[in-house]
Amino acid sequence: MTPGSPPAEAAPPEAAGTRRAAALRVRAGRFPWPLVVPALIGLAFLVLPFAGLLVRAPWASLGTRLLLPEVRGALWLSLTTATAATAVSVLLGVPLAWLLARTAFPGRRLVRALVTVPMVIPPVVGGVALLLALGRRGLVGGYLDAWFGVSLPFTPAAVVLAQVFVAMPFLVISVEGALRGADRRYEEAAATLGASRAVVFWRVTLPMVAPGVAAGAVLAWARALGEFGATITFAGNFPGRTQTMPLAVYLAMQESPESAIVLSLVLLAVSLGVLVALRDRWTGAL
Amino acid sequence: MLVAAALAALAGCAPVDGGGAGGADSPGRTLTVFAAASLTGTFEELGERFERDHPGTEVEFGFAGSSQLAAQINEGAPADVFASADARTMDSVAEAGNTAGEPVVFVRNTLEIAVPRGNPAGITGLADLADPGVAVALCAEEVPCGAAAAQALDAAGVRVTPVSLEEDVKAALTKVELGEVDAALVYRTDVLAGDAVEGIPFDEAAGAANDYPIAVLAEAPHPGLARDWVDWVCSADAQRVFRDAGFTAR
Repeated sequence: MTPGSPPAEAAPPEAAGTRRAAALRVRAGRFPWPLVVPALIGLAFLVLPFAGLLVRAPWASLGTRLLLPEVRGALWLSLTTATAATAVSVLLGVPLAWLLARTAFPGRRLVRALVTVPMVIPPVVGGVALLLALGRRGLVGGYLDAWFGVSLPFTPAAVVLAQVFVAMPFLVISVEGALRGADRRYEEAAATLGASRAVVFWRVTLPMVAPGVAAGAVLAWARALGEFGATITFAGNFPGRTQTMPLAVYLAMQESPESAIVLSLVLLAVSLGVLVALRDRWTGAL
Repeated sequence: MLVAAALAALAGCAPVDGGGAGGADSPGRTLTVFAAASLTGTFEELGERFERDHPGTEVEFGFAGSSQLAAQINEGAPADVFASADARTMDSVAEAGNTAGEPVVFVRNTLEIAVPRGNPAGITGLADLADPGVAVALCAEEVPCGAAAAQALDAAGVRVTPVSLEEDVKAALTKVELGEVDAALVYRTDVLAGDAVEGIPFDEAAGAANDYPIAVLAEAPHPGLARDWVDWVCSADAQRVFRDAGFTAR
């Protein structure tokens, strides 16, 4: 190949990109109103309620309310339990997603439906179900209590379990979608080159679906952070032990809406901060 | 606020001014009653009889925690009548200028100790709840049953470390029904309505009873009908229904 005369069909990628963009511009011609208008209405619908919160927030007393020890306790508990719940969801959810996406077994459709059940049932019912299963009179919890003297309800561990129950399905769905979208030929190539199943999973499959795992983990974390119904039912509500931010917000609402608004803004600011920071750092592909 | 609470407590089921048969309202109307969740069973029964006595009228209920309903009314929810589970909550509506006239107290509810059937922890009175080996659920102090429980425990000089401060009285009762706690302080009416629970009365409950006030709302779409409802709730027939459900009638 002589320098200075690149073959026409192998144009540099930037040139091809520019040409495609130009073609799109020419073809579309006008501003895409049919998409932009509903998009803006959708955005306004999602953002407007927060504007309502901001307008009604008691800005003058914001500082003193934030320094209350109950607020800091609830925030700390929320952040730690949501992170723990996300870790558990990843550890158990990724293999579960792999099972659903990469293996064939009888009743797989039913299993997939079961995995999404916690997304559909009201979280309060999920909390009652957890009590019936893991409570001290529960199906499994009864034995935990009798054999090991372990009682889960009303402990921080119960908060994490409630969050895992509602959040893990989001991770499983996200990772399963990524696995189905990934090109299986890379895995097959690795296997034909002598890699064991475990090596293929760790070195090929997992890196390929990493953006899906990250997206799923972010979704799960966000869901766990906002979790209310299953938590208050299964873990109860006690400041410093099981009272997470959403529980604190709900109870504050009974007495002073201003306090509830302040707590909500704190939760909002912290979660937005974490999500934006994470997005830049390791979920660029989202 | 304390003065208003005292007034509400004193008012009792006195006749509401401008009673009458609600003739000013046209037929085919709907009376909207917002009421504390603990009134669900009794109000529904009273609603059926009210509809029978007022042909062409339909009674619709919004049952929820009193504080929640108060917040909705203060934000402009279109209701005719509000019945709250304590004076403090009614005061927040009255102070915002959203009641028409003085709220009247129509029933009173007292606390009991609810224990799972068979009373596995062997609870006999309030003092037993202080035992660290006994798992106790209380209502959070933000809701009426929690405020009453704190008052009763203070009066008895009993210090309890609960495993949970529940968001409402039904949630506390559920924890007892499922056997997840050994005891909870709930209303007598909830013990009677609950499954698989037993109630243990205690002396200090009398000093921490909740008065239930009811009021016609300032923005009531059917004020005449609303006054009829308040009169009906205060009538001897209705008071019998409340007594059967475990309330103390006025």
